[in-house]
Amino acid sequence: MAGFSAPRPEGELPPSARTTQTGKREGFRTGEFLLFSLVTVAVMALCVCIGSVSLPLRETVTVIWNAIFGLPMPEGISVPIILSVRLPRVLCVALTGAALSLCGGAMQGLLKNPLADGSTLGVASGASLGAVIAIAFGITLPQLPFAGTMVLAIVFAFLSLLIILSLAYKIDFSMSTNTIILIGVIYSMFVSSILALIISFASDRVKQITFWTMGSLLGTSLQNALVLFGALVIFGGIILRYSRELNAFAVSENNARSVGVPVGRVKLVLLIAVSALIGVCVSIGGTIGFVGLVTPHMVRMIVGPDHKRLLPASLFGGAVFLMLADLVARTLLNPIELPIGVVTSFIGAFLFIVIFYRSKRVRV
Amino acid sequence: MSLLSVQNLTVRYGERKIVDDVRFTLNEGDWLMIVGPNGAGKSTIVNAVSQSAPYTGDVQVLGKDVRRYRAHELAKLVGVLAQTHTMGYGFTVGSVVRLGRYAYAPGLFSAGHAEDEAAVAEALALTGLTEIADQNVLTLSGGELQRTFLAQLFAQNPRVLLLDEPTNHLDLVYQKQVFELIRGWLKSPGRAVASVVHDLSLARAYGSHALLLDDGKTLAYGAMDDVFSPEHLDHAYNMDVFAWMRGLLSQWQVENEDQ
Repeated sequence: MAGFSAPRPEGELPPSARTTQTGKREGFRTGEFLLFSLVTVAVMALCVCIGSVSLPLRETVTVIWNAIFGLPMPEGISVPIILSVRLPRVLCVALTGAALSLCGGAMQGLLKNPLADGSTLGVASGASLGAVIAIAFGITLPQLPFAGTMVLAIVFAFLSLLIILSLAYKIDFSMSTNTIILIGVIYSMFVSSILALIISFASDRVKQITFWTMGSLLGTSLQNALVLFGALVIFGGIILRYSRELNAFAVSENNARSVGVPVGRVKLVLLIAVSALIGVCVSIGGTIGFVGLVTPHMVRMIVGPDHKRLLPASLFGGAVFLMLADLVARTLLNPIELPIGVVTSFIGAFLFIVIFYRSKRVRV
Repeated sequence: MSLLSVQNLTVRYGERKIVDDVRFTLNEGDWLMIVGPNGAGKSTIVNAVSQSAPYTGDVQVLGKDVRRYRAHELAKLVGVLAQTHTMGYGFTVGSVVRLGRYAYAPGLFSAGHAEDEAAVAEALALTGLTEIADQNVLTLSGGELQRTFLAQLFAQNPRVLLLDEPTNHLDLVYQKQVFELIRGWLKSPGRAVASVVHDLSLARAYGSHALLLDDGKTLAYGAMDDVFSPEHLDHAYNMDVFAWMRGLLSQWQVENEDQ
């Protein structure tokens, strides 16, 4: 406090001003980037190797390497396991985890709410409702068999987000944590009632529909991974582009407005990007709860709250977290496979309580 | 041309008018004190002018409707200090202050210019926060947090400051220093301040003009001494304000003479 001195004549810098260097921790440093990538790749390799049939690491790497560079394949059962089962699935899992975590991190900043996430806000349920409607009523786009599910999932995700946020605004202008979460819970319940209604009408597709509500990346293809990658590049790119604005929102929306952020436009763009990403993820893997809640929170403890660091780190963190959760889902009760949503929700529910407890204590 | 011109400003909350047909202008060098009893609509005026509450009426900055400015252009002209701050995440003091530079380089790849860093460092030094620039805002006292946002405002360096109870959480020392700081800031050409102030003595000591509100309506507006007349103040506060203030002051004078 000693530095707080009497006003100075205009234009004269206090001597200490020049020497302070506070900009040293901005952005994601190269070293960190390499470290996070390394961990992600290591976990990825581990997840491809381990499964109902365990494969040696060297063989796995050789097969992937040869496949990428079009070299002749070694003989054996491991080739189809790696290339058409494990690798597509692990890639899908990693990309879904990265996308959902990025969305969670962005929403937690945008709404200044550490408990915001696609699953807690009900966006994921909304998206799954869209997907289920597409399945139950056979809505598809011509020539693009999967696009109907995906487009409806995206549209429903966005509509859900709009409904939830405008309800929250109406009920509680300050959009406090509790109001939003409560509305998200109620909205999710509302959506499950409609889902139950649809299921009772489309009983021949019950199995397919339950898939969306449980969440699983079993049987995903390289094509799915490509779609996820494309969505992550486009919409994830948009979200990352708004890191600075998210920092301002995370301080407060009014503060963001005060420092010159075009709050309305940024909010709309981010909500669309988040809905689109969640919609794509849900249309491929169903609703996988709590990834977007848990990962950014854990990552924040490591790299801090600055979104320029938090968001890139969440991409890697989410990929690693979901790959490990998927590994548990595949191997824990081998040969029975658990839906991945069961694993993440199990872990997530505990962490949700921890975060809620901590955020209650911290708020002054 | 006036820096800020507010005409026919009305803010409704349902049927009720929180602010009713208020007008004022800020010219270079003005320090307008917005005063009045609780619930008079003082903070609402700041919220409306800073575009965070819906209003009807005309708000112009340098002769142009505020709604026609791009957000970052407006932020270079008008800066706002809110009354209360609740922090959700553990940003550092420095990073909150650095957000004040957003308007000068909106977008992702523009942070970290030497000019921005110098402005941030100067703002931190002016508000006495240099030593705690790397501290987590969640660990700050109310006064330190208020100074953090004041520093952000200085880093933003707009031409008009809108302050809502700028010394709300500050003890006497910082109260005085913040007001002196703003008075010094105001001496540069092309600047003006409008502030909501609860303490009538502080308002009178530092303001050049005053806007006295009661129940959303303007009771008096103009030069400080004209507005702060016994008739106006007694009417607004429903008590003999001058007698009360003199009574408070006399206590200090008696103590001084005894020693």
